[in-house]
Amino acid sequence: MDPLIIENIAKTYHLDRVAVPALRDVNLRIRPHCFTVLSGASGSGKTTLLNLIGCLDRPDGGVITVAGQRVAELSDDALADFRLRHIGFVFQSFNLLPVLTAYENVEYPLLLARSPAPQRRTRVQELLDAVGLSDHARHWPGQLSGGQRQRVAIARALATAPELVLADEPTANLDSQTGASIIALMRGMQRDSRATFVFSSHDPQVLAEADDAVVLQDGRILRVERRAGVPS
Amino acid sequence: MTTLSLALRNLARNRRRSLATLLAMVIGSVSILMFGGYVQNIVDGMQTDYVRGGGHLQLQHRDYFLYGSGDPTAYGITGYEQVIVLLRADPVLAPMLTVVTPTLEFGGIAGNFAAGVSKTIFARGVIVSEQNSMQRWNDYGFPGDGGTLALTGTGEDAAVIGTGVARVLRLCAPLQVADCPQPTAAPIATGAALPTDVAGLVAAEPQVSDPKGADAAAQIELLAATTSGAPNVARLKVVEAESLGMKEADDAFVGLHLGAAQRLLYGSGTREVNAIALQLRHTNQIPLARARLDELLRTSLKGFPLAVYDFQVLNPYYDQALSFFGAIFSFIAVLIGGIVLFTVGNTMNAAVVERTVEIGTLRAMGQRRLGIRRLFLGEALLLGVFGAVAGVIAALLLAALINHSGLTWTPPGRVHPIHLHVRVWGEWRLVLGTALGLLAVAALSAWWPAGRAARLQVVEALRHA
Repeated sequence: MDPLIIENIAKTYHLDRVAVPALRDVNLRIRPHCFTVLSGASGSGKTTLLNLIGCLDRPDGGVITVAGQRVAELSDDALADFRLRHIGFVFQSFNLLPVLTAYENVEYPLLLARSPAPQRRTRVQELLDAVGLSDHARHWPGQLSGGQRQRVAIARALATAPELVLADEPTANLDSQTGASIIALMRGMQRDSRATFVFSSHDPQVLAEADDAVVLQDGRILRVERRAGVPS
Repeated sequence: MTTLSLALRNLARNRRRSLATLLAMVIGSVSILMFGGYVQNIVDGMQTDYVRGGGHLQLQHRDYFLYGSGDPTAYGITGYEQVIVLLRADPVLAPMLTVVTPTLEFGGIAGNFAAGVSKTIFARGVIVSEQNSMQRWNDYGFPGDGGTLALTGTGEDAAVIGTGVARVLRLCAPLQVADCPQPTAAPIATGAALPTDVAGLVAAEPQVSDPKGADAAAQIELLAATTSGAPNVARLKVVEAESLGMKEADDAFVGLHLGAAQRLLYGSGTREVNAIALQLRHTNQIPLARARLDELLRTSLKGFPLAVYDFQVLNPYYDQALSFFGAIFSFIAVLIGGIVLFTVGNTMNAAVVERTVEIGTLRAMGQRRLGIRRLFLGEALLLGVFGAVAGVIAALLLAALINHSGLTWTPPGRVHPIHLHVRVWGEWRLVLGTALGLLAVAALSAWWPAGRAARLQVVEALRHA
């Protein structure tokens, strides 16, 4: 089953009295366990599409099915629960909670999911190990470098073992070397967790790693490049 | 990581703003507690004065309260000694009672016929030793007791008069009344001769004994109507002129021994009183004591046409003062509550604006709207708890400082200055009410900002820079 099916999606923003179409008649299937990149120029609709996929926003028309669930049918609370269980987010500006340590940031989604304390501890430790930050577990976000913060954000996105991980320009605020290491880390974790990763990015390093690339232009899908078979 | 601990960290994150908000709350709660404590002290002081003077409850002829001032002897309590004995022996009342004492109040004319002046007065006859016991009542722990009456240790023919009476009767010099200038209109030195019957009564009065060796010039003649309506005169030696704190009382009061009052009104006939005052150990025993008295009036005292009145009915000014202070307190509390409301609300609004991206992140991670609302309400409640605790502690310390500072003031209705006392310690209802009120105001002030945070669109919140 495809983790994400998008059918005839449209989204228009309204700036004062001016309607600005962000997406027009978008149809897309994201293959499972793949590393898919949404690319395109600024204003092409990458972030809008990612927000709709992540159930952070609702389309004006069309149907989005995530992990077999038509998300338009869900109430706001149900949608929040759905995001918690099925979708992880990595943001361009990391968006760690500054009052929580690295450990607590990773732990937070598990607390929301009411995961039992022993399992929570094991899972957080495991994720911090995976992103190479076990030694920084008690550090505050302000005490971490940009790359380290993004590693914590990746660990947090994977905490509840979601089927889908969405990342909006995850390397935009990092230097190229750190960005490359983050991409490599995410690629590795995607393979390990067998989650489906969807990025919005115009970073060539990210594009180079992609299994599939979806190119957008003026709110429409220009082309979809399937570069690899579905990983087994 | 609970909502409260997250809220606590968020408060600690912007320490300066949180402390400024806390300071506003502390000042607010201290102001309310200090004013409340000050008012409470005045009210307790008034109650103490009334209870020391007239007891908690009084048994009176059932018509005396409304009609007695015109003809007090018509509404006397016949056989009052028997009633007092019964009250003192009653197994239910006895443990609650500190004093049961009769009083006799009446109107008349006090004259200093040597100076050719007279004055309508209000007289009160009391049993001095029992009144002195009443003066020791101190349920609210005021420093010192009420002292003793000036009539203590004096003979039956002694009297105390108000300073205004002393002035009018030209007794300032012998009684050493201050602020007593010579009037511009001289009294009529040679007025019409006394009516022969009154002159005869005066002549028949024995000369005042003088156990203290005081100046014999401080004498008055007290004229009153007896039970039969005939005039009677008592010559009394004034031992002291005292100020009662109100000009109306100073200009009319004459205090004397109960025996002298009864002799004046009843002569050799059956002596009565017009009130039996009951002082209880504690004010909160009034309902129980009253219920028992009502029961006794239906049973053992059935033949007595008596009614029970509490000190609040007998002293309407007390309730008026309570209402007055209550209204001022409410006004101040609402005012301060409003200031705290807007201060906390402003803080929470600023927090919501500053943390918009965080709100978006939490919502994206799966936090429900209610969770966001709880987070901000939790912060406001924590501010409320800290503000209330710090406010109560600060108020207790400030009250202790004031109470030990030796500052004095003269409350309304008093003559002598008393220690300025702010009653916060022990007033736990006031303290709890203020603390809970502060919490409620904090929660209320955060309600709208918390709701606004919860209603934020995730995408809009994440886009916020």
